[in-house]
Amino acid sequence: MNPMLNLWLIPVLPLAGAAINGFLGKRSSRHAVTTIALFFSGAAFAMALSVVARFSSLTLPYHEYLAHWIRSGTFRVDFAFYLDQLSLVMLLVVTGVGFLIHIYSVGYMWDDPSYYRFFSYLNLFMFFMLTLVLASNYLLMFIGWEGVGLASYLLIGFWFTKDSAAAAGKKAFIVNRIGDFGFLIALFLLIKHFGSLNFDQVFQSITPLGAETAGAGLLTTIGILLMVGACGKSAQIPLYIWLPDAMEGPTPVSALIHAATMVTAGVYMVSRSHVIFERAPIALTVVAIIGTLTAFFAATIGVAQTDIKKVLAYSTISQLGYMFMACGVGAFSAGIFHLMTHAFFKGLLFLAAGSVIHAVGGEQDMRKMGGLRTRIPWTFWTMTAGTLAIAGIPGLAGFFSKDEILWRSYQASWAYWLVGLVTAFLTSFYMFRLWFMTFFGEYRGEADAGHGHANHSAHDRHGDHGHGGIHESPKVMVVPLAILAVLSVIGGYVGVPGSLGGNNQFDKFLGPVFHGSAPANAQNAAVGEKAAPEEETEGNEPKKAASTELMFTAISVVVALLGFGLAWQLYYRNPQLPDKIAASMSGAYQTLLHKYYVDELYGALFVKPLIDGSTRILWQGVDRKIIDAAVNDAGDGAKLVSDIVRHMQSGNIRSYAGWVAAGSAVVIAFMIWMGVR
Amino acid sequence: MVPLSYYLVLSGFLFACGVAGFLIKRNIITIFMSIELMLNGVNLSFVAFAAHWHALSGQVFVFFVMVVAAAEAAVGLAIIIAVYRTRGTLNVDQVNLLKL
Repeated sequence: MNPMLNLWLIPVLPLAGAAINGFLGKRSSRHAVTTIALFFSGAAFAMALSVVARFSSLTLPYHEYLAHWIRSGTFRVDFAFYLDQLSLVMLLVVTGVGFLIHIYSVGYMWDDPSYYRFFSYLNLFMFFMLTLVLASNYLLMFIGWEGVGLASYLLIGFWFTKDSAAAAGKKAFIVNRIGDFGFLIALFLLIKHFGSLNFDQVFQSITPLGAETAGAGLLTTIGILLMVGACGKSAQIPLYIWLPDAMEGPTPVSALIHAATMVTAGVYMVSRSHVIFERAPIALTVVAIIGTLTAFFAATIGVAQTDIKKVLAYSTISQLGYMFMACGVGAFSAGIFHLMTHAFFKGLLFLAAGSVIHAVGGEQDMRKMGGLRTRIPWTFWTMTAGTLAIAGIPGLAGFFSKDEILWRSYQASWAYWLVGLVTAFLTSFYMFRLWFMTFFGEYRGEADAGHGHANHSAHDRHGDHGHGGIHESPKVMVVPLAILAVLSVIGGYVGVPGSLGGNNQFDKFLGPVFHGSAPANAQNAAVGEKAAPEEETEGNEPKKAASTELMFTAISVVVALLGFGLAWQLYYRNPQLPDKIAASMSGAYQTLLHKYYVDELYGALFVKPLIDGSTRILWQGVDRKIIDAAVNDAGDGAKLVSDIVRHMQSGNIRSYAGWVAAGSAVVIAFMIWMGVR
Repeated sequence: MVPLSYYLVLSGFLFACGVAGFLIKRNIITIFMSIELMLNGVNLSFVAFAAHWHALSGQVFVFFVMVVAAAEAAVGLAIIIAVYRTRGTLNVDQVNLLKL
């Protein structure tokens, strides 16, 4: 018998915070708003920690029923929560990183006139994200899924008076809608064929099924549709275009929603549905290919961006690609591991970037930064930790998780591994490029005094405290940075692989969720899944496997260092060189700079035909010529008839008398006619 | 003996003349006379029927009508004089205000 955990409180607490701040925040002081926001998000984190404390005494998965929602025949959907190792990891990441970012936002948003609105939205986001993570059925998950989309929309368009921010919010919402459409159809298919949306029931009825090795069947369809949903939410090809634009939002939002938590919802959903995917090898291959391509594609774009947040945005897309690559080769726990470490270091990188932007007064263009190393030492050192972690420097969080993914993907196919390796190189290169451009060399911005005020309206407005000069951020921003930096450094040690003397505890922790559910005939369904127990349990040649893995680790370390070396050459020793290279390869450079013209392509392929069709056919055709015309003609007809009839009522008595006489004449004529007949 | 239809045609003709005069003429006196003409057209039909059916009630009604018409003429002419005194015209088109 499980103790009562009161899981429902975890999402509801931030909701209460959102409601209080949303309704009363306008009239209360900033301190009151801060207290409310931090209390409720902190309480959610404390609840999550209390769950951890009692975790070992639980029989998993833990179910909690709150209230019934839909009951129709045998079909039931309840407000019920579900806790297993996977949701626990997500829960800790969301509440932990979320709470830190709440603290950071206090400093970052302090001078914003809509301070209370920001925290209300942020808490609302926490509510929906926690609902998503804790849901015990797909429909409740979908509520959270849509809800985080809403919160994301509200926060991207937080400065809605700026046209670009409003447009970016809209773009994110619409692109997500396309993905959600796929997700929804997958849910309908689940209801139709399995009669339930509860994780337990669905997976139980799927488990006896064999893998669809011969061609695409029902599970493949469902899997691919779920992946469409994940592509929208987690910004994968072809629906990734909204994420870079989402950088219009305040930087803490970019850190929380568009790096650490919301965008990983797709990875979580795919991992949660691993039972389906394991039986649908084609869908799994689609996931792997999409992930691999996205990882590489986004990394190449990231190389040419000059906006510090855009670099990080493309980096996020690329890292999400890694996670999908891991899921696609069946290494779900590796994907979740990377999700967690990524939440630490990418959250950190965004917050540090926010701190840099704060320091230079709202400037986001890296070409106008430089030499900030000594001016903002805290930001510099924390960002260094994040950069090293994401680049895969040994000993830091990103190294372990990325290495795990590369190793597992190699077991599936060398092609995934190769692309992943090139991506790792690019990652290391663009991250150190950012690092060198921002912190080293000469300061290339405007003069220190009275900095940046002109930029405030054009760029990320932030809490400028009115003192001039480049300055370190206040403590309330630096402390979360420091905590995240520590996590980025040590976060990987929960999953040290066997080849490096660890025992991959993270994988074992998630083991009960992912292992033992693979189909009986899944010979080629999930290679990684098959290989993983082999690696751990087989006594035959663990040494050999370990040494191979060690070799791959060495290769990825070398690649990461190569990326560092190239960035060092280009952006530290010879800062003029990149421009020359860009000039000599202007075609390629321009393509990268314009993100492969994908936005333009989508604009020409989808947006313009839609707008034109709506304008010409729906608006000018249907709306004006049919609907409007019908209404207008009805009005005109009434007017025409009354125009004729109104002459009877002229106010002239003799004309009335005339009508009376004419009427009488008609009556008499009628009577005579009747009489004659 | 003159047939009934002759009386009725004459009666209808008189009534039609009255209606036409009432509608066309602008002078109040003429309109007033047109009304009398209509009444007398009706009276003619009453007496014609009374004679035809040898019933007296038709003739009695004619007396009633004549009495009422006389009373109406008295009141009407008084009003016409009052109108002429206050407005200086008998053209009905110009007499379109209840209050001066």
